[in-house]
Amino acid sequence: MRKTLGLAALAVALACGGANAQQVTVKVGVLSDMSSLYSDIGGAGSAAAAKLAIADFAKANPNVKVELISGDHQNKPDIGSQLANQWYDVDKVDLIIDTPNSGVALAVSQITATKNKVFIVSGAAASDLTGPKCSANTIHWTYDTWMLANGTGKALVKTGGDTWFFLTADYAFGHALERDTMAAVEKNGGKVLGKVRHPLNTNDFSSFLLQAQSSKAKIIGLANAGGDTINAIKAGAEFGIVKGGQKFAGLLVFASDVNALGLQTAQGLTLTETWYWDMNDANRAWTKRWQAERGAAGKFPTMVQAGVYSGLTHYLKAVAALKSAADGKAVVAEMKTLPTDDALFGKGSIRADGRKVHPAYLLEVKAPSESKYPGDFYNVRATIPADEAFRPLKEGNCPLVSG
Amino acid sequence: MVEIFGIPSTALFGQLLIGLINGSFYALLSLGLAVIFGMLNIINFSHGAQYMMGAFAAYLILQYSGLGYWPALIIAPIIVGITGIIIERLFLQWLYKLDHLYGLLLTFGLALIFEGVARNYFGSAGLPYTVPESLRGGQNLGFMFLPNYRAWVIAASLLVCFGTWFVIERTRLGAYLRAATENPTLVRAFGINVPRMITLTYGFGVALAAFAGVMAAPVYNVSPQMGAELIIVVFAVVVIGGMGSILGAIVTGFGLGVIEGLTKVFFPEASNTVIFVIMAIVLLVRPAGLFGRRA
Repeated sequence: MRKTLGLAALAVALACGGANAQQVTVKVGVLSDMSSLYSDIGGAGSAAAAKLAIADFAKANPNVKVELISGDHQNKPDIGSQLANQWYDVDKVDLIIDTPNSGVALAVSQITATKNKVFIVSGAAASDLTGPKCSANTIHWTYDTWMLANGTGKALVKTGGDTWFFLTADYAFGHALERDTMAAVEKNGGKVLGKVRHPLNTNDFSSFLLQAQSSKAKIIGLANAGGDTINAIKAGAEFGIVKGGQKFAGLLVFASDVNALGLQTAQGLTLTETWYWDMNDANRAWTKRWQAERGAAGKFPTMVQAGVYSGLTHYLKAVAALKSAADGKAVVAEMKTLPTDDALFGKGSIRADGRKVHPAYLLEVKAPSESKYPGDFYNVRATIPADEAFRPLKEGNCPLVSG
Repeated sequence: MVEIFGIPSTALFGQLLIGLINGSFYALLSLGLAVIFGMLNIINFSHGAQYMMGAFAAYLILQYSGLGYWPALIIAPIIVGITGIIIERLFLQWLYKLDHLYGLLLTFGLALIFEGVARNYFGSAGLPYTVPESLRGGQNLGFMFLPNYRAWVIAASLLVCFGTWFVIERTRLGAYLRAATENPTLVRAFGINVPRMITLTYGFGVALAAFAGVMAAPVYNVSPQMGAELIIVVFAVVVIGGMGSILGAIVTGFGLGVIEGLTKVFFPEASNTVIFVIMAIVLLVRPAGLFGRRA
């Protein structure tokens, strides 16, 4: 009897050992702005999205064990780099995801390449991540400056908004956005009548708006983000910019910004996003789960947070196919081979330069009378097909493509 | 059309007026700082956070009791003022005899806590607050479109600034206050409750910040960091005007608003810096500030 028991125990141990050999362990780090400017765009909401992706993936793939950690880069490239190094070297993290703030994202992308891990960017905008600074270990998931500029710029020129005035945040991101949008506007036959470069974190925009008003441009392009965009639009509503026949084009506006403005102020604003929570049933169902996970019933997920879910899901699929997360380059190569398919972004693909491509949507903020429930922010004006939404592969100057 | 420095004169008038409007926010905020420093000798670094609390209080009052802008303009400063009184009783009253640095560090720490808590509960993107129905629209002045709300901001700010100056410099209550700062023991000997007067003064200064916060809510982004962005400029205004000088705070507040407004036309990139350049020059020439009493 004792012998049988012993044998049975051995058999069980062996069986478990066998299962362990099959089991893959992956560690994922959500590196985001948890406490400041961009914490509503990514932050804890991105961590919640990652949790949902892991839960969904575990149902179908019990043999892949996923651990999740998260950290705050405080919008400082040095702190972000230090955290990334520590995660990769000490905590044995395989994937870093999210990372709003282009400065931090570019730093982390470099570290990821030297350590041969994987980096999925959902939060940062700089199109350089798949341009001159592209990497075989980095995938740029949700959106970028080129797509924002091209989507909004082109669509507005085509619908009659052919004269532009720019209010540009006076730093690298603003300049890039202004440059890309100007190119899109002029390429489509529009004209740029003038621009003002304002310092970052400007409180009062009324002076700049008067200048924009006297330029008589049909479109006032806001090449800025967050608080600056909100302050500009708030002052614009007050000074009767929209009533006077001019229109704002928000070149980087998130659902959280529209919420902060309120529809009364934001109505009529045109913007481009790649994901909107109220677009279809799958998004709505996911939003409910996200709100429960986040513990925030009144909040709505941004495209960045949805991108974290989608990107992580695809990464885990690639790891499951390879049965290992050890070689970052191999995982990214596998991710590029596998077609992407998930509940939020649908079917898509990843290009050689690391650019994930999917359709983008030209949205217009609803008037308060059109909005039927909380979070009912946008009318979808147009869908930009995946092959037009992002910068053509050969124009990016990514060494991975030419070489 | 007449041109001044290459800018049409009509556009210039518009910019001057806008500068004056921004100046009224600077004046309101630096006034509170000046009152607190002049009477309590505390450098109130949490002033920006208390301005933010005023705007948030207005939002919460609207959300939970449905009361709009006008009631909030009275209620929010009172609520925030009471929190100021609690802070004074709990912490500040022990610091008057110590170096300025202690008060500065304490209030700076409090500001970080207030902003952190607000960010934790409301997020960083901001909260919606619209211009009250009665002040929507505006007047066409010929050279510019003046929103009614902005006109109201100038009027209210001038009224509050003048009222405060009048009470402190021209009434018996103000005389007691000023005497109490000079020699508290003597004033107490006359049967006046000096500690209570000081407590209420701090409460009033804080309420002024909250009042500015409610005024700002319809036009600026209501977010946890709204005060932190403004407070540094306001401190520069106070330094230029002369620490603790009420009249100095008001005049420089409006004046610097105008100068900043003009910079936005001629050299927009420098509009955030111009005030600090002026501060550096003033500190070199008149270290006590333009209206400073103590040289």
